[in-house]
Amino acid sequence: MNSSENILEIRELRTSFFTDEGEVKAVDGVSFELPRGKTIGIVGESGSGKSITALSILNLLAKPGEIKGGEIRFKGENILTYSEKQMREIRGNDISMIFQEPMTSLNPVYTVGQQIMESIRIHQGLNKREAKLKAIEMLKLVGIPSPEKRVDQYPFELSGGMRQRVMIAIALSCNPDMLIADEPTTALDVTIQAQILDLIRELQNKLNMSVMMITHDLGVVAETCDYVAVMYAGQVVEFSDVRTLFKNPRHPYTVGLLNSLPRHDIEQEKLKPINGTVPSPHNMPKGCRFAPRCPFATELCRESLPELVADENNNQIRCWIYSDEWDGDPEVNVHDSEERTAKG
Amino acid sequence: MTAKKELLKVEGLKQYFPIKGGFFGRTVNHVKAVDDISFTVYEGETVSIVGESGCGKSTTGRAILRLDEPTEGVVSFEGKDLTELSRKEMRAMRKDLQIIFQDPYASINPRQIVSAVIEEAMDIQNAVPKKDRRKRIEDLLQTVGLQKFQADRYPHEFSGGQRQRIGIARALSVDPKLIICDEAVSALDVSIQAQVLNLLEELQEEFGLTYLFISHDLGVVRHISDRIIVMYLGKIVEIGDKHSLFDNPKHPYTKALLSAIPVPDPDHKKDRITLRGDVPSPINPPEGCRFHTRCPFATDKCKTDVPELRTVDIMKDGHQAACHYIEEIESGEHKAKDYSAEAIVGKGQEV
Ligand SMILES: Nc1ncnc2c1ncn2[C@@H]1O[C@H](COP(=O)(O)OP(=O)(O)OP(=O)(O)O)[C@@H](O)[C@H]1O
Ligand SMILES: Nc1ncnc2c1ncn2[C@@H]1O[C@H](COP(=O)(O)OP(=O)(O)OP(=O)(O)O)[C@@H](O)[C@H]1O
Ligand code: SF4
Ligand code: SF4
Ligand SMILES: [Mg+2]
Ligand SMILES: [Mg+2]
Repeated sequence: MNSSENILEIRELRTSFFTDEGEVKAVDGVSFELPRGKTIGIVGESGSGKSITALSILNLLAKPGEIKGGEIRFKGENILTYSEKQMREIRGNDISMIFQEPMTSLNPVYTVGQQIMESIRIHQGLNKREAKLKAIEMLKLVGIPSPEKRVDQYPFELSGGMRQRVMIAIALSCNPDMLIADEPTTALDVTIQAQILDLIRELQNKLNMSVMMITHDLGVVAETCDYVAVMYAGQVVEFSDVRTLFKNPRHPYTVGLLNSLPRHDIEQEKLKPINGTVPSPHNMPKGCRFAPRCPFATELCRESLPELVADENNNQIRCWIYSDEWDGDPEVNVHDSEERTAKG
Repeated sequence: MTAKKELLKVEGLKQYFPIKGGFFGRTVNHVKAVDDISFTVYEGETVSIVGESGCGKSTTGRAILRLDEPTEGVVSFEGKDLTELSRKEMRAMRKDLQIIFQDPYASINPRQIVSAVIEEAMDIQNAVPKKDRRKRIEDLLQTVGLQKFQADRYPHEFSGGQRQRIGIARALSVDPKLIICDEAVSALDVSIQAQVLNLLEELQEEFGLTYLFISHDLGVVRHISDRIIVMYLGKIVEIGDKHSLFDNPKHPYTKALLSAIPVPDPDHKKDRITLRGDVPSPINPPEGCRFHTRCPFATDKCKTDVPELRTVDIMKDGHQAACHYIEEIESGEHKAKDYSAEAIVGKGQEV
């Protein structure tokens, strides 16, 4: 894909935490791209590196975290080489983020209006009165009733759904080209979640934003995303357009994830869980990270790590089954549940 | 099903929490967390309670076990009224009624090895003779898919899913009849969640367990339940077997709730009922039907008259809903107002 069509391209990103117990490779060679105006979903098990990837993009890692390598190209430029001053510009004008915990990311001692105004005044050079009018406008945009009144209230006076709307208002107040939303609706009830997702989608169309949506909810992905990157143990194991991912998943982890999912919309006989648990970050398998849980794992899988390989549609997969080197059953079918349970 | 045996019967249960205030810390108001609910759980079945945050699911579970003393109502277990028992008698009853909580981290003492965690439960109930306990603990660990040698490990050496299994082993250790699972799988990744759900189902078959399953996840609930109770603001709004409830929901809130859940299928056609605003406070819940502030079908009658749970011809055995207009909505005579535009651009009502 031509780079000018992509607002974001991440190549071989590596981010580690240097702890007393040793190096934790939280993000270990992550690559994906986001076409302009589109939404990418990042899914994966807890601890797979989704949030750390997002924080790396904005250079917001706290100690002992450190970006060790790779490229993050935003509008064609590698922002990993930017100074802190340049990054502040990016964070203020180009990329905004909604964080995972809405309760902790609003400051309890300032009113909602003050917090939006701070963000507006820093970035748009408005005076106080203008900033307040803009803040009210933003609250209205995200669907908060009586914004003139709400603007002077404190976070504790708002419900969870409204707090999340305020977070979105702050994130959008600088008209960003790209929004990173880290589990923006996980703490909310489904009826409120539906409102917030509608809101993000509507604003995305209106403002022509690109969105990176981090979530563990495959329903949210199916409903809001154009592309999906599936992460496992610090790496992207599958990247594809959303239809392909749900209709023809190829990585054994993705298949396992979909088979594990209890659904409210259809009747299922029995769930087919993935056996075992994620590897400890201190003790990563030498070959494929998924090998200890994979029903198809071979000697090759246990010995060496497969690369992320793209096909002609730019759908990408990190699994030996799809390579010429594959040393297992040449007829292997990753959707065959008999095989899964027999070996698993 | 033939001759179902009533195991648990809840009648007119109320749980009001006092709100203190003023100079003398007097009670100035109440949180009506659970407000007059009744239901029955039969032996060997799984009944789920669903609903949005704060609707009173956990409070119901806690009131049944008298972890909080209920304000009013009768809770009978095998015909015995639990609310009449002394503290000591109630403790003895806990042998039959166990609870598993959401947070596998918080509900297990981190300074005890696993065998001590489980033995403590047996000790309180004096359920198993001392000399047989080690063997029993090892058997239990294997039952829940852990290894014998892990009996001597500390909780921090286990993953979240494994810790949840320890919680289950502890609950099973006293041979309970009923287990209340309060968001028991909510904190787990789906791949692990599926392992624990399958385990719960297998244990139910093996030991004839009865579950009261509390969850906000309708996917999990559809999978595990025989019957489902939908709560809204402290009240039951709909109750029925899972097929009726999912395929043929009758209460506008249940319909909205089901339609709001994102479906993991990009080809799924969305036909969403958008609700206005947020859930009102349980301190001064709306008069009449509690759902009227958000219901697209609400009329003036809904603002004053409380709808009772009832069944109509089109509803199959035991299926009940609390709405004045079940028939009229079904026939299309009574139409929804369209709030979808308002909900997005923000003329939603005050909450
Ligand atoms: N401050 C830190 N010190 C050491 N390790 C850390 C730190 N922060 C994160 N990690 C590790 O980095 C890995 C990735 O964490 P990350 O927060 O990106 O996960 P995630 O995919 O967002 O998970 P979740 O779904 O639970 O939010 C984890 O193994 C985590 O333990
Ligand atoms: N001890 C208490 N004192 C005062 N209010 C309480 C107490 N326990 C619960 N409540 C209130 O009662 C209502 C019902 O709470 P409950 O915990 O039963 O909700 P829930 O349905 O389990 O929600 P969730 O899905 O968030 O767990 C809430 O408004 C809650 O704030
Ligand atoms: S590379 Fe091997 S172990 Fe890894 S997912 Fe593919 S088949 Fe399974
Ligand atoms: S009684 Fe009225 S407000 Fe309540 S659910 Fe029925 S139509 Fe809606
Ligand atoms: Mg995260
Ligand atoms: Mg609860």
